[in-house]
Amino acid sequence: MLVSLNWLNDYIDVNDYKPEDLAEIITKTGIEVESVNPVAEAAKGIVVGRVVSCEQHPNAEKLSLCQVDIGEGILQIVCGAPNIAEGQKVPVATPGAVLPGNFKINKTKLRGEVSNGMICSLQELGVDEKDVPKEYQEGIYVFPEDVNLGDDAVSLLNLNDIIIELGLTPNRSDCLSMAGVAYEVAAALGREYKLAEEEVETSNEKAEKMVKVEVEDPQANPYYGAFILKDVKVGKSPLWIQNRLTAAGIRPINNVVDITNFVLLEYGQPLHAFDFDRFGSSRVVTRRARSGEKITTLDDQERTLSPDHLIITNGENAHAIAGVMGGAESEVQENTTTILLEAAYFNPANVRQAAKDHGLRSEASTRFEKGVDPNRVERAGIRACELLQQYAGATVLEGPAKFDQLDRSENKVQMNSLKINERLGTEISNEEIAYILERLQFTYESNGDEFLVYAPTRRGDIVLFEDMLEEVARIYGYDNLPFTLPSGAAHAGGLSLEQKLKRGMKAYFEGAGLDETITYSLTSEKQAAMLVSKEVEELTPTPVKLAMPMSEDHSHMRLSILPELLQSISYNSARKQQNIAYYELGTVFISQEEEVTKQPHEMLRASGAVTGEWLAHPWQQEKKVVDFFVVKGIVEGLMKWLDLDVKYTKAKIEGMHPGRTAVVTTAEEEIIGFVGQVHPKVQNELGIKDTFVFDLNAEMLIDIYQKEEAFETIPRFPSVNRDIALVVEDSVPAGHIEKTIYEAGAPLVKQVRVFDVYQGEHLEEGMKSLAYRLLYLDPERTLKDEEVEAAHEQILKEVKDKHNAELRA
Amino acid sequence: MKERLQELKAEALNKVDEAREVQHLKDVRVEYLGKKGPITEVLRSMGKLSKEERPVIGQLANDVREDIAQAIEKKQSALEEAALEKQLEAESIDVTLPGRPVQVGGPHLLTSIVEEIEDLFIGMGFEIKEGPEVETDYYNFEALNLPKGHPARDMQDSFYITEELLLRTHTSPVQARTMGLKNGSEPVKMICPGKVYRRDTDDATHSHQFTQIEGLLVDKHVRMSDLKGVLNTFAKQMFGAEREIRLRPSFFPFTEPSVEMDISCKVCGGTGCSVCKGTGWIEILGAGMVHPNVLEMAGYDPKEYSGFAFGMGPERIAMLKYGVDDIRNFYINDQRFLKQYHKA
Repeated sequence: MLVSLNWLNDYIDVNDYKPEDLAEIITKTGIEVESVNPVAEAAKGIVVGRVVSCEQHPNAEKLSLCQVDIGEGILQIVCGAPNIAEGQKVPVATPGAVLPGNFKINKTKLRGEVSNGMICSLQELGVDEKDVPKEYQEGIYVFPEDVNLGDDAVSLLNLNDIIIELGLTPNRSDCLSMAGVAYEVAAALGREYKLAEEEVETSNEKAEKMVKVEVEDPQANPYYGAFILKDVKVGKSPLWIQNRLTAAGIRPINNVVDITNFVLLEYGQPLHAFDFDRFGSSRVVTRRARSGEKITTLDDQERTLSPDHLIITNGENAHAIAGVMGGAESEVQENTTTILLEAAYFNPANVRQAAKDHGLRSEASTRFEKGVDPNRVERAGIRACELLQQYAGATVLEGPAKFDQLDRSENKVQMNSLKINERLGTEISNEEIAYILERLQFTYESNGDEFLVYAPTRRGDIVLFEDMLEEVARIYGYDNLPFTLPSGAAHAGGLSLEQKLKRGMKAYFEGAGLDETITYSLTSEKQAAMLVSKEVEELTPTPVKLAMPMSEDHSHMRLSILPELLQSISYNSARKQQNIAYYELGTVFISQEEEVTKQPHEMLRASGAVTGEWLAHPWQQEKKVVDFFVVKGIVEGLMKWLDLDVKYTKAKIEGMHPGRTAVVTTAEEEIIGFVGQVHPKVQNELGIKDTFVFDLNAEMLIDIYQKEEAFETIPRFPSVNRDIALVVEDSVPAGHIEKTIYEAGAPLVKQVRVFDVYQGEHLEEGMKSLAYRLLYLDPERTLKDEEVEAAHEQILKEVKDKHNAELRA
Repeated sequence: MKERLQELKAEALNKVDEAREVQHLKDVRVEYLGKKGPITEVLRSMGKLSKEERPVIGQLANDVREDIAQAIEKKQSALEEAALEKQLEAESIDVTLPGRPVQVGGPHLLTSIVEEIEDLFIGMGFEIKEGPEVETDYYNFEALNLPKGHPARDMQDSFYITEELLLRTHTSPVQARTMGLKNGSEPVKMICPGKVYRRDTDDATHSHQFTQIEGLLVDKHVRMSDLKGVLNTFAKQMFGAEREIRLRPSFFPFTEPSVEMDISCKVCGGTGCSVCKGTGWIEILGAGMVHPNVLEMAGYDPKEYSGFAFGMGPERIAMLKYGVDDIRNFYINDQRFLKQYHKA
């Protein structure tokens, strides 16, 4: 809502406040002021002049040579506007004047002729193009006849006004009117105010004689008033009305339209004027539209209606979509003489639906959607009649003809000052509360601490005690509330074990050299099903799809974090950042239904992607490019941190390198994720180099961790180390041999580590040598050599039997 | 014999003095102090002396031994020290060459902000609660006093999956869920951070996915002044002790009264500048007293229980605190952006 301070001053004196200070007060008591701006950039030295004569410039076809009387003398001015004519009263920038943009006007010569100034257009005076009346858009502005020569044009055109822009919350639609703003400012300042009082002299003729109002759906349209005005002369509205509209950002059109708009701004009540002769009937029937019914609206669009839309008809055809837009057929035109003026209350929901369906949000629909003040509907109609009588020569018939089932009662709210103070933490006296209610112009009855408040109908938002609590608090001032701390029982806050583990995992990954990322949960249909871990795949999930996605890129909920993580790598790669190490701890969304009916399972996963150089120390000729084992090492480190035994088994996963991918399983053979290289085809599609990833079921990791909490004591007896080097066929996985060693060496073998892998000279083709370091330990006693020897022999026998492994010579 | 001992001593000390290596000292030790050395010889021949002379010479011989041994030891440590110095000199490196880089990762800026806020409220006795990102219409809207048909829950503004399921538009449903578990009789003191989603076209100031962190306190006798006190504590710890806060009226369907909280502008200190658009204040969060309908739907008697709630956007806080000028930066994951804020 744009509030003109000059206009506001008509109702309440705020001249002694600096606009910024006033804005601050309004913001603190109720409504946020979004901006404070002059209506136009500063201009000075502009006066009213009359074009005494206007001739063609002798040396320029498109210029005119004008003699302009500015009251204290005649100036010769060269003017290029096409609409300049003798006899016009126009804004003249005299030599020394300054136009917006600090444009100084000097005496000059144009094509050989002296020009003592400039005749101005509204745009040149700083008016926004969209607010300039159509007829002046392409040329100079022309004043109405009743202004005086030499008068200051800036104040005549209200260009010295200041506009305060209010950011209204949905509950404060009462301030969608100047009257509402005046109430609010009066309450904020504790000042007197005076609003316009509508009054109109009517003829003896009754509106009812000319028109009957019928309402089919009183729920949707509880009040409809039809005023009839005769002898209307459509023309320009007076300058002051035009100025008010311009300041509020509405373009002046003609007196009838301008006056309905003016009352809309003043009272917050939208009105509509029909050309009664073109309306074509003496019946106004409001009803829900029939399915497929059509109307051509004022903007010359043909629109198809539905029963969701309320329409105004002449008994047969639609002439307006209620509260949204009038029909072209009965539009007020220059030759209109009789007007049917509608002042009505339409149900907010109906108007909202129609405005939405037709994409027509207007000043009118906005106000109906929020609910207009039932006590001002008819009064707004009277106010418009008064102005039309005054400025359009209208004869107003006694009326209106109406349908009226409108509830005009006030909401009653009971409140108790003790409860107010208890809830606010204040000590506001009953007298102060009474004073606040008076400032708000709320009537009330009080008895000691009890107050019964009658909330005015313009404040339909006030229903509950809490609503009144807010009114009292905001006028009392939030600045005046004390600072206290909650008095309830002491409460030990903190993180749950799961939350601690999540933070711990993040710290682990970061310590391991990965940067945390946050990517989008919504992805494309294709990516949603990519790089999905096997244990998720086994649930046969269907990616959850949005009903109305905004784009194909964000249409489905992800089943894996990896695709978006790879997109991030691709983004960086395109920007010459080739060494990336990322992880993310986030949810994926698993629904096992074809058509979703329940909330999907939101599974926490920890995923990472690493590419480029892992380690580079150039002057020492050290450089390590990321490989499978870097990423596996990160996963192993996490498992060690969580104290979990896991196994890695080669596996094929869609989108992953078939020879360089392993699934990770727990000791109980449950799959908890995978680690490996992205398939080169996928890498190529994304334009990324070799990228290694991991994807782990963090939810399961946390679950398992929470179940296993036993700690072992540190052994007191010495352990024994033995190394063995085994020669096996290349195809035998080192992990299998490791497993056999553990099994054969149980219970004494506590740790098996590969410390060398060798192929080449001194070994047969197709063979490899694996060297292991074994750690033997008995936690209860010191081991004897013979015992270790026996176990060692058993191990050698079994690796020979199972894997055909020979002790390396 | 006396003279002989003095002679031996002078000889030995001279050799010690001339020794240039540890081995030389060992030779001197063997030569003079060994079992076959001259001093031992002297001692052995003491039998020839008179009873009176014996202890005198014996004493002298011992003193000479001691002096020589001491001299050897002293010289030895001097030689060792010199040798070490020489060795260390040879081991000298160019300390100005760069060290071996350590691969260091760090948290996302939003995580840093969220955890900072979490820790702050944990310090005030709050718990952290989390909830689903795909929510039911009931918890996302209805339980929060946004019944069906309410203008603020337009289909156009939310990502619906079905008529009853949608991506949560705020983290408030976690509050409704948590309250619902308390049978209307226990206090609630929680904050809930998380991802939320709205139908916005991504641009510099809008993101279809963003982060929210909301707080809730429900108990008997909760006052609006408590809200002001808690928010003031939060603002001063988060943004600096010199910051002032102010509350101004606002509107949210789930709170009444509703307020927005501003903090005084850091850049101008409250006098007005371009950052605070001349007002001296910067909007940080929305808050209010929990609406009685919300309490009632969660099973609390609003006559007995009251509460306050607040909510803020970590993206906005990060943008204000660290001058991030485009919200998309939080989700694009440009490495240069992420690394820059690891110390935040």
